[in-house]
Amino acid sequence: MNTQSNTYTFVYAAIMVVVVAALLSLAATSLKPLQDKNVEVEKKQSILSSVGIGLDAAEQKNKNTYIEQLYKKHIIKTYIVNSKGEKIKGEAFKVDMKKEMAKPLEKRKLPVFVGQQSDGSKNLILPMRGKGLWGPIWGYVSLQEDYNTIVGANFDHKSETPGLGAEINTERFEQQFVGKQLFDSNNNFVSVSVVKGQDTRNMVHAVDGISGGTITSNGVDAMLEESLGSYVTHFKELQKQ
Amino acid sequence: MSDREPLFSPKNLRLLTNPLGKDNPITVQVLGICSALAVTVKLKPSVVMALSVVVVMVTANLVVSLLRKTVPSRIRIIVQLVIIASLVILVDQVLKAFVYDISKQLSVFVGLIITNCIIMGRLEAFALANKPWPSLLDGLGNGAGYGFILIVVGFLRELFGSGTIWDYQVIPDSWYVMNGGFYENNGMMILPPMALITVGIIIWIQRSRNKDLVDIS
Repeated sequence: MNTQSNTYTFVYAAIMVVVVAALLSLAATSLKPLQDKNVEVEKKQSILSSVGIGLDAAEQKNKNTYIEQLYKKHIIKTYIVNSKGEKIKGEAFKVDMKKEMAKPLEKRKLPVFVGQQSDGSKNLILPMRGKGLWGPIWGYVSLQEDYNTIVGANFDHKSETPGLGAEINTERFEQQFVGKQLFDSNNNFVSVSVVKGQDTRNMVHAVDGISGGTITSNGVDAMLEESLGSYVTHFKELQKQ
Repeated sequence: MSDREPLFSPKNLRLLTNPLGKDNPITVQVLGICSALAVTVKLKPSVVMALSVVVVMVTANLVVSLLRKTVPSRIRIIVQLVIIASLVILVDQVLKAFVYDISKQLSVFVGLIITNCIIMGRLEAFALANKPWPSLLDGLGNGAGYGFILIVVGFLRELFGSGTIWDYQVIPDSWYVMNGGFYENNGMMILPPMALITVGIIIWIQRSRNKDLVDIS
C-alpha cells in the first residue's frame, strides 16, 4: 500500500485520533471513582491533620478506611456561616472554597468544622484557599477554644516548585504556626504574616518564609489574611460566649 | 529472519549501555536539560521522574517501532507526539488512581515528560527505523542514562541545598549556625542555575576521563 498518499494519511490520522480518544476516555472514566475517592480522603486527612490527628496514616495498611474512621470519630460537627456570622444551611464538607473565595465577602459561604481531641477539648477547623506562584494553594487552620491561638495548620498546593514553594506542606513549615495568634492585644484581627530573614520564634504574629519560595510565601500570607479574615465576625461572637 | 541474532547480542547490549556512558542523553547529547534542571531540587522527585521517563520512553519506542512501517512520513512527528502525549496522560491517570501521594509529588512534571526532547529524539532517530526489541532496549538505555544523571544531580542538590537525603536529615542539627554551629545550607543549590553548574561539572569530569568525547573540530 502507498503510505505516502493523501487518502492514506488522512485515514491514518483519523483512525489514530479515534483510537487514542477512546483509549484515554476509557481510562479516565474507569479510574474516575478511584481518583475521586482519593481526593475526598485527602481532604478529610488534611482536616484531621490540622488538629494533629491521623498523622500516621501513611503507615496504615488501608489508609482510606483508617482516615474515614478517624474522621467520623473526631469531627463532631460541621456548619456553614456567612461573613456576618449567621449560620446558613448546607453541608460544610461539600463547599467549594475555590468558588467561595472568588465571591465578594458578603456572599461567601464559610465552612466550619469542629474537631474533638481524645481528651475532649474542642478545636475549630477552618479552610483557606489562595494563590501560590504556579497555581492554587490551600490549607486548614485549627484554633483553640479562645478562637485566637492556632493549634495546627496544614497547607497544600497544586503545582508549586518542589524544594522551593512546595515546602509549604512540610512539617517544618507547618509546625511554625503552632501557638501563633490571630488577634492582637486590643482584639484586632492581624492574621499571621509570613516574613523573610527574621527570627520569628518569639513573634506571635509571624512565621519564617521559605528561601527561594518568596512568591509562594507571600501567597500563604495573603491566603491567611483573606480566608481567616472572612471569619472575624464569627470568631468575635464565639469569643463573647 | 534466518540469521536471528540473540536477544542480548553485543550490538543490542551496546544499545543499553552506551546511553549510560559515552552517549549519555544529558551529558553528551545535551538533551532534556530543562526538566533535569527543574526536578532535581530533591532526590525523591528526581527518582520518580526518572522512573516515569523510563516507562514512557520504553513504551513509546516500542509502539512507534511496531507502527513504523505504517506511519505516513509527512505526519510522523504528529503521530509520535500523539503517542507520547497519550502515554503520559495514561501514566498520570494511573498514578492518580493508585498512588495518589506520589502523583501529587510529581504534579506538573508528569505533564512535562511530553516536552522531553530525549523521547522525541529517540523515536525519530531510532524507533522509526529499527525493530521493536532493539527499540525497547534503546528506550530503556536512554531513559536510564537520563535518570542516572537526574538522580546524581538530585542527590548533590538535596545534600548541599537542604542538608537532607530522601527527606532524612543527614547534616546534624548542631552543625548549623542557627544552633551555634558553623554550617549553613547553600541556598544557591536549590535554585536552577546551580543544577546547570552541577551538570556542567559532571560533563567536565566525564570528558576529562574519556578523551573520545572532546570535540576537537
